[in-house]
Amino acid sequence: MHPAGVLGVTVADGLTFGVSAAMILLGALGVVAMRNPVHSALSLVLTLFGVAVLFVEQGANFLAAVQVIVYAGAIVVLFLFVIMLLGVDREERMAADPLRGQRILAVIAGAAAVSLLLVLANVHWATGAKAVAGSTTGPGSDVAKVGHSVFTTYLVPFEATSALLVLAVIGAVVLVRRHRPSDGGQQEAASQRRAAGTPGPPAPSPEETASPEGGPGATGPDAPRPGEPVTTGQGGPR
Amino acid sequence: VSLGGGWYLTLAAVLFTIGTVGLLVRRNVLIMFMCVELMLNAANLSFVTFSRMLHDIGGESIVFFVLVVAAAEVVVGLGIIVAIFRRRKGATADDIHILKG
Repeated sequence: MHPAGVLGVTVADGLTFGVSAAMILLGALGVVAMRNPVHSALSLVLTLFGVAVLFVEQGANFLAAVQVIVYAGAIVVLFLFVIMLLGVDREERMAADPLRGQRILAVIAGAAAVSLLLVLANVHWATGAKAVAGSTTGPGSDVAKVGHSVFTTYLVPFEATSALLVLAVIGAVVLVRRHRPSDGGQQEAASQRRAAGTPGPPAPSPEETASPEGGPGATGPDAPRPGEPVTTGQGGPR
Repeated sequence: VSLGGGWYLTLAAVLFTIGTVGLLVRRNVLIMFMCVELMLNAANLSFVTFSRMLHDIGGESIVFFVLVVAAAEVVVGLGIIVAIFRRRKGATADDIHILKG
């Protein structure tokens, strides 16, 4: 807890912590400071791997595996998909400060927060209270212990997370669904309606009438949407 | 024997603060999302550290739930971002001001 505990630490453990901490902090600073969102996402991977190493270092092997699979494998890939899909990998203007003095206040608030958290991090926390969810010591792997804890003590929250995941999937589908023909991308909506066999909305917008479905000049569903910069020489719907 | 818990908690505090400052400073909504992920990771690191310090497996179970909630949050949040980008060009946090009085 206190720096006096360093004396009982092997060189390998200290080195592991040092390298992981450097990875975590460099990655976090990269996320904040990089101007290109793709570089920020890759810096985030560095941080996540560092955190996974520290999980292993503290005996949470299962969580380290989940961290790498879920975070680095799924969430960052999802971020990269959205970045590439939306074409927002252009750089952000960092010089302009739209809200006057906001950055200085942010840094001051951050300094206050880190000082408070550092004080809290070095307070003796152990109260001697008995663990309700089981102990980390004793026989068995941490997978078995976490599983036992999740499926007995935290069974109701575990079931609630299943409902949460279903709701998140439904919410994502509802959010991304195109239902208004007046905004961009009515081609895909029209093709989806054709596939579903349902009639379209009664009043198509001029853009939709300008590009007949299946005609020789019609663009496919993967054509650039109106309003997006057309990078190829292919003629857009307008 | 690993290092004392204070080192891990200090690192988590610094990581959380970097995420907070990034969330306040940056304007790109995707990067703001990534800063939220940084803060969640700092909290996870604290939970695992407390779990080791107090010999309580509950800390690791909570991290499991935090991971699930973070995944759901990212799915819905990125869906919202995609929906915003579809309606307007450029969705920095300053461009989304329809509700401003």
